[in-house]
Amino acid sequence: MKTIFEKSHPGRSTAYFAAAGPDEKSAASLLPAGALRATPPGLPEVSELEIVRHFTELSHRTFSIDGNFYPLGSCTMKYNPKINEKVAAMPGFAKLHPLQSEETVQGLLELMWSLERMLAEIAGMDAVTLQPAAGAQGELTGLLLIRSHHQETRQDQRKEILIPDSAHGTNPATATLSGYKTVSVRSDERGGIDLEDLKSKLSVRTAGMMITNPSTLGLFEENIQSIADLVHKAGGLVYMDGANMNAIQGKARPGDFGIDVMHFNLHKTFSTPHGGGGPGSGPVACKKFLEPYLPVPRIQKEGTAYKFDFGQPKSIGKVKAFWGNIGMHIRAYTYIRFHGPEGVRRNAEHAVLNANYLMSRLKKRFKVAYPRICMHEFVIDNTPYAKKTGVRTLDMAKRLLDYNFHPPTIYFPLIVHEAMMIEPTETESRETLDAFAAALLTIADEAKTDPQKVKTAPHTMPVKRLDEVRAAKNPNVKWCTPCDAPPPPEDPGTGPAASAD
Amino acid sequence: MRPDDYKYSESHEWIKYNEKKKEATIGITDYAVKQLADLVHIDLPKVGDNVEQGAPFGEIESVKTVADLIAPLTGKIIEVNKEVGGDLDTLKEEPFEDGWLVRIKPSDPAELESLMTKKEYEEFLESSEEGEKEEKGKADEDVDEDDFV
Amino acid sequence: MDYIQNTPADAADMLKSIGVGSVDDLFAAIPEAVRLKRPLDIPPALPEQDLLAHLQALAARNRTFDAGRCFLGAGAYNHFVPAVVDALFSRGEFLSAYTPYQAEASQGTLQHIFEFQTMICELTGMDVANASHYDGGTALEEAVAMAVDHTERKKVVLSGAVNPQYRAVVKSLFKHLGATLIEVAQVRGQTPVATLREAAQDAACIVMQNPNFLGGIEDLSAVSEIAHAAGALSIASVNPVSLALLKSPGDCGCDIAVGEGQPLGIEMNFGGPWAGFIAAKKQFIRGMPGRIVGETLDAAGQRGFTLTLQAREQHIRREKASSNICTNQALMALRATIYLETLGPAGLRRVAELSVVRAHELAAKLAKVPGVKIPFQVPFFHEFVAEVPHAAQTLARLQEKGFLGGLHLQGAFRDLRDHLLLCCTERNSGADVDAFVAALAEAVK
Repeated sequence: MKTIFEKSHPGRSTAYFAAAGPDEKSAASLLPAGALRATPPGLPEVSELEIVRHFTELSHRTFSIDGNFYPLGSCTMKYNPKINEKVAAMPGFAKLHPLQSEETVQGLLELMWSLERMLAEIAGMDAVTLQPAAGAQGELTGLLLIRSHHQETRQDQRKEILIPDSAHGTNPATATLSGYKTVSVRSDERGGIDLEDLKSKLSVRTAGMMITNPSTLGLFEENIQSIADLVHKAGGLVYMDGANMNAIQGKARPGDFGIDVMHFNLHKTFSTPHGGGGPGSGPVACKKFLEPYLPVPRIQKEGTAYKFDFGQPKSIGKVKAFWGNIGMHIRAYTYIRFHGPEGVRRNAEHAVLNANYLMSRLKKRFKVAYPRICMHEFVIDNTPYAKKTGVRTLDMAKRLLDYNFHPPTIYFPLIVHEAMMIEPTETESRETLDAFAAALLTIADEAKTDPQKVKTAPHTMPVKRLDEVRAAKNPNVKWCTPCDAPPPPEDPGTGPAASAD
Repeated sequence: MRPDDYKYSESHEWIKYNEKKKEATIGITDYAVKQLADLVHIDLPKVGDNVEQGAPFGEIESVKTVADLIAPLTGKIIEVNKEVGGDLDTLKEEPFEDGWLVRIKPSDPAELESLMTKKEYEEFLESSEEGEKEEKGKADEDVDEDDFV
Repeated sequence: MDYIQNTPADAADMLKSIGVGSVDDLFAAIPEAVRLKRPLDIPPALPEQDLLAHLQALAARNRTFDAGRCFLGAGAYNHFVPAVVDALFSRGEFLSAYTPYQAEASQGTLQHIFEFQTMICELTGMDVANASHYDGGTALEEAVAMAVDHTERKKVVLSGAVNPQYRAVVKSLFKHLGATLIEVAQVRGQTPVATLREAAQDAACIVMQNPNFLGGIEDLSAVSEIAHAAGALSIASVNPVSLALLKSPGDCGCDIAVGEGQPLGIEMNFGGPWAGFIAAKKQFIRGMPGRIVGETLDAAGQRGFTLTLQAREQHIRREKASSNICTNQALMALRATIYLETLGPAGLRRVAELSVVRAHELAAKLAKVPGVKIPFQVPFFHEFVAEVPHAAQTLARLQEKGFLGGLHLQGAFRDLRDHLLLCCTERNSGADVDAFVAALAEAVK
């Protein structure tokens, strides 16, 4: 498929504004001559119809939840309800300027305040900020809260953050960015945090621990109370990465099992759309003693009126311009109001039910890394196939595309070899789960009978396997003439006229 | 392929020490290159930089990982291989010759004693590979791949 | 209410296959003491009909202003969005797609990001751009981090005419860099070049905004020279619409350009989600944070796109990462991409021209209103400062008449009490400008 630049022809753009009339002053004459650009920027010139065809075709070359099952572990690819889109697009929300006076946005402020309350309840904590733009920014916010706390209580010698070896890469990256040193804690044979290793790594230098619960292995930390206790006794605080909240919302609250501060991923647990890689939203919830450090502004309710409160002297400041990804707050609020307490709890129950069901369908032919009841996701260790047939997790993942399934998360967490992490979510039907299991079992057979087919998959996608080494060695991140890659073969359906260029 | 008169470190660097000039040429071994697989980029220090034994002095990047280059000796960088960055295949073909990375003036030649000979390095590789196999083996112990495949 | 498909019959079958008696058995791993034994204390479920009514009622308690009556900018701009942008952006395939880690199944996403990167480079005059950032503020903070890393210097010089929201973000987030921040205050609407020259010694970077927060056009070329002479990088935060007319930061000698993509077809949405961008000269590509899409070939020699340089990212570098960014703003960058491709160079130029012309018209007419002054003699783009008696009260009166009358600058600039920051875009017609001038004249009486 051609890029838009290869479809561009001078003069083709549709006009959306009236041309300058004879009375209109020349803008260039109003600006300093030295500040003007000499040549126009190289933007493409295509008509509105070509734009529609171009993006329609692009949409056909992308997997999506609307089109495909996406069992990506730790991503919670559940259905993105259409009502959320309708509400977020309402002019009464979408057309608001962030600097409008507070009295003109009372409806939105009430929505945000209410969302904070609901998230605090789900977290089992006291205060929430909606400002962080995504999970990673939420983690940064949380660690900065911890840092402020230790600074205020004159415990600046606490410079280490303990992180399990199964953690997502954002955890240690965030720790570094917050000025901390990462100390890795081992997982034991049951896949939980190794208590003895934890004890050996706690010290007066411990600022806190970052954990994910359920863990990235899809298992609830059986020793969570002991873990939190140990960290607290050592003078540290416990941060929870809330990526896996889908498994425990309404069943257990992090604030009740020893967590001091956590973030939510609205784009995981609360169905806001992934959009091909964002936007997300990473609200942070915390216990009362950390509340003074939350980013400004806070949202306060006085009687029936809502206000922004910038007067928080101990606040860490702002982590994002303006007030957060409001569009995502609106969607998440709509989603939680649709579900109510029972719906939220049922989401957890069926997410866990679906995961265990899928696991039961696969466990005879695939080695489950931790073969016991899982939470909302489980991890397969594909070493048996890799050893015996040479077909690796990567190959099976690519072959799944030919069966119209997006592959699960692969090669994560790092502590499982040839990992394949599967999270179906609660919105899938058992027919879909059965079909996915059948496809994976068929691929398992293919690994034995026709391994080459799997190793060279996918066969039915718009492109075959891509040369990532080439992309990284001499990165070409923008279109230019001439390109070092040959132009694609003529697209069928663009007709003879197109090939005249 | 591995030269007998070189020294080797546990982080898979090789060292060729020139007694007369009191200079050490440093590179990475064929084992390291093999582990990294598809190399895409290398980050080397500048002439004049100081390096410390055991501390990183650069980075080597493959598609899926990035690894530190660890200085086997303390000293000052006196020369950097300008060619290797543009042609990383050299590291695959000639890791011990054309694939040299930096030359340093060691501040304490006694540190050479702490490095391994070729024999010691190859024994080290064997035992760590076995250790890895053992670990993997333990994990796979109660699982026969025939159970699944 | 929920979107669960399992009926009780399905659930029973599934439990049998798993080998447990009830769903509760699946939660046995949660210690009894920490299980939640009551329903969540959140409002009861609302079926879609009632839900919609509830949200409509909330939306009705917000006040929107007619497009032509908005004279407020200050980092969020009220531009016209052609209908085709909404129509294409709302396709479920774009909305509900995941990050394109499986490149073969995500060529659509990867290609539209590649096109976005290309156009950002074209506008900013740079060689490399990433797949977008949370917003202009975090993009700026990341650029500062790049400069500190690259130069290994610990001093950052920041113009006081940069958006105060962005300066606040830089201040909060860069504490971990262990660097010092020197802010050079604006003087009469511009950043004093002489003061910058003094401050540039040993700096990692000089950070400017153009047009600056007060609307003024700064001399980026002069600042880049000063920065380079001191061994520092030149960073500019820019308005992408202005780049249809103004010289690109790349051509002004800047090393890194950042900015906010909101003016490119993204609704104001009370502040988010938007899409920041960051672009730089070739030599900085490996220091660039966030996701980057690159071009490559597939096994059959066909062109394709893939996420590249992932070894820089947090999921591989972990504690050695220089940024913890995971998500970009792909969906919002898509809006900007559709907008730019739809308008083309002529359309974008028209937006810029109309914004400039209207703003200068407004300034000229306001200068004639008794009591109102245009205090700064600086060239400006589509925003400018007006001195107005009792600014807070004036704004309230304008609001009553249905106008968003600009930003009272006192909040962010202590010496700019009773100064308003006013903005025009192509959405303000000549008649709108006249109506506003009349309303303002009335309001200041």
